[in-house]
Amino acid sequence: MQFDKELDARGLSCPLPILKTKKALADLTSGQVLKVTATDPGSIKDMQAFANQTGNPLLETSEENKDYVFYLKKK
Amino acid sequence: MQPKKMAIIATKGTLDMAYPPLILASTAAAMGFEVQIFFTFYGLQLLRKSLRHIKISPLANPAMPMPVPMPVLLSSLPGMQAMATKMMKQKIKKKGVASLEELRDLCHEAGVKFIACQMTVDLFEFKKADFIEGIEFGGAATFLEFAGNTDICLFI
Repeated sequence: MQFDKELDARGLSCPLPILKTKKALADLTSGQVLKVTATDPGSIKDMQAFANQTGNPLLETSEENKDYVFYLKKK
Repeated sequence: MQPKKMAIIATKGTLDMAYPPLILASTAAAMGFEVQIFFTFYGLQLLRKSLRHIKISPLANPAMPMPVPMPVLLSSLPGMQAMATKMMKQKIKKKGVASLEELRDLCHEAGVKFIACQMTVDLFEFKKADFIEGIEFGGAATFLEFAGNTDICLFI
């Protein structure tokens, strides 16, 4: 998937992946896509909850060799 | 749409109990909530300029995992608290958990409002200069006015 900015949140525990995602989204303009890579297994549910609450759609969630990859679109 | 609101009362000043209010407040703020934390009694420790003095004690803390089984009486020996704190901080770092300073900064950046309880500030004879910049001072009524209109309200 195409993305405009990438965030490496590997090795970070709750709530840092979410807090860093929020900061990274602030640098994007509406419609741009952020790719986030995390290793915290809790981030699967947390990223969905963050997307639901903030209205920035979570386009895709996948798992690639123990990494969780998320694509979020800035609303 | 009105943003959701959360109010937290932070009453504890130990390393383990310092985390929940700061984690929830920083995350809620990142999710668009308007957040206030009211720091009272030992919670005031979390507003001091340096957080190096925040410790955890194995004493009267039977759920705390220890590297070796330890009789309760040993936990009261000098140095045990410092050792437990050092071990916990090492673990926190190794597991990629944020430091208290980092979470507090993130709260501040995200606009979380910190309110120090004036009564306990006076009770413990703190001075304004003991605390970080940008906090407010207030009492029970200040907290309740905001808390009365929140979606989530926690006492920690």
